[in-house]
Amino acid sequence: MRIFIVKRLLLGILVLFGVITVTFVLVRIIPSDPAAQWVGPRATVAQIEAARMELGLNDSVFVQYADFISDLMRGDLGKSIRTHQPVMKELKTFLPATLELVWISTFFGVFIGLYLGVLSAQRKDQWVDHLCRFFSVATVSIPSFWVGLLLQSVFYGHFDILPLGERLSMNVKLFNEIPDITGMLLFDSLITGNTVVFFDALKHLILPGFVMALFPIGLVARMTRSALLEILNEDYIVAARSYGLPERIIMWSYALKNSLGPTATVVTLAIGFTLVNTFLVESIFSWPGIGNYIASAIVSLDYPAIMGVTIFSAVSYVFLNLVADLVIALDPRVRI
Amino acid sequence: MMPHIISWNAIVPRIKEFRETLFLLNKNKLTKAAIISLYILVFVAIFSPWIAPHPTHILLDTNPENKLLAPSAEYFFGTDELGRDIFSRVLYGTRISLQTGFLAVGISLLIGVPLGAIAGASSGWIDEVIMRITDVFLSFPGLLLAICIAAILGPSLQNAMFAIAVSWWPWYTRIVRGQAISLRERQFVKAARAIGTPHFKIIFSHIIPNCIAPVVVQASMDIGGVILTIAALSFLGLGAQPPTPEWGLMVSTSRTYFLSAWWYSFFPGMAILITVLLFNLLGDGLREVLDPKTRKK
Repeated sequence: MRIFIVKRLLLGILVLFGVITVTFVLVRIIPSDPAAQWVGPRATVAQIEAARMELGLNDSVFVQYADFISDLMRGDLGKSIRTHQPVMKELKTFLPATLELVWISTFFGVFIGLYLGVLSAQRKDQWVDHLCRFFSVATVSIPSFWVGLLLQSVFYGHFDILPLGERLSMNVKLFNEIPDITGMLLFDSLITGNTVVFFDALKHLILPGFVMALFPIGLVARMTRSALLEILNEDYIVAARSYGLPERIIMWSYALKNSLGPTATVVTLAIGFTLVNTFLVESIFSWPGIGNYIASAIVSLDYPAIMGVTIFSAVSYVFLNLVADLVIALDPRVRI
Repeated sequence: MMPHIISWNAIVPRIKEFRETLFLLNKNKLTKAAIISLYILVFVAIFSPWIAPHPTHILLDTNPENKLLAPSAEYFFGTDELGRDIFSRVLYGTRISLQTGFLAVGISLLIGVPLGAIAGASSGWIDEVIMRITDVFLSFPGLLLAICIAAILGPSLQNAMFAIAVSWWPWYTRIVRGQAISLRERQFVKAARAIGTPHFKIIFSHIIPNCIAPVVVQASMDIGGVILTIAALSFLGLGAQPPTPEWGLMVSTSRTYFLSAWWYSFFPGMAILITVLLFNLLGDGLREVLDPKTRKK
């Protein structure tokens, strides 16, 4: 058991190292000159040359790589070419908005998905099951950016009951003190008791949150259904039924508990996907998170920014996978 | 591939199995409906320039006087900001999406399958190195790596396709490696080795043909996801460029007008949804039929 965890951690570190290397290599082959972009369009040749020196672009690739790694160890991701601000600092400002969206949508996605999965397994091959299955296939097939636009045109354009985008309305932003503790508005306004900000933030979260929750719903529902169907054929379920236990108890506390292993793996996968899905959804809802940040970084080929977001997302993904593996390893049935 | 590399005898039993699978697939109504609709989709993809009511609107022709018209008998899906018929463009988009989807999956197969077979058939450090590289690629969320590569290569449909292939191949490597490891110990491979067949010939003529089936199945399940990813890249401006009638790009350009012209974003997005959904339904059906646990029911 301990050996497994140590091995898994070592492998995780190795993979992280690989991820960082791949990102570095990818960014080095960008066909544009970062130094020329750094100083702007009207710079002289001498200025560009000075910028090259400053950015370390005249060193050999290996020296640049070593510099990059040692900076990274100190938590330095370099400076954004567009804004000349440290990427780490910018990530810190944009991250809370994204995290708020990711956690809330995953949370609801997982619970709705579990419920749909149970519903479908309980009524296998009835119309509820067909409907749930069709819905779960549809949610993983739907282009999230398109659903976002559609919902905006219905709930903002047609009924005008939900806001078009951003995290807060203009008048709330102007006339209220916005609490800033974690950067996650819902949480911050709740603990400071600021109800106006809380409800406004909640209103702004509904549409993007729903769009992002679709994928986890479908994924979890599918996984839960197939895991449950397998478990419901097991002898101990038959035994429990023959004792006359209510179907509700059999489903929710006997079967579901044992189907959570595969579901946990899928959930970590879903979080990883949701994190990247913000790249598409945030730009539609003008949500000031890292998705929007990387979208504008891509347009201006701001390579330290692209690299920063990539490394951040990949690191969180590796970490999530590690957690999933450890959760499975902690299951006493796997521990032989 | 060349005839002497894969012998006919090795393929015959697989064709029989394939026919049985087709029969089982057709028994599931939803899957059957998906298959029939996919045939229609392929037909549309091939003949779109001839079916389209306004074929000149697909690429260059513009009619500013008819811009942003609502759906009507003349323009089924309305017109876009340049007065082009959205219906014709959506029809032609089928061809682009199917083509790029199949090609992207094809390229990833070309990278992934040989690597997996080499890893599985030659244990030791080669296997270790290939699999650790695979791990690294798998630890990027798929879309992220594709976005990164497409951003670096520069925006175009071809680069988007390539970017997706680069982020997709590790899945196939994993599947093939698993198969190859079990094949390695089988009698016919050992016999081939005993009579002195070179290692690479064993890999390409004995191992790959015998582990191709599950990979092809996986690939057909992946096409939906790949088409969705291409649309997403185009939406971000990293894929198809105007005036290509690619669905993701059409949704992207419609963002400026969608509050007044709902049809502009609605129909191309619907086309993406339907196509991806059909492929995913087919994939689900395939999974059920090919899983030995559920096959015989």
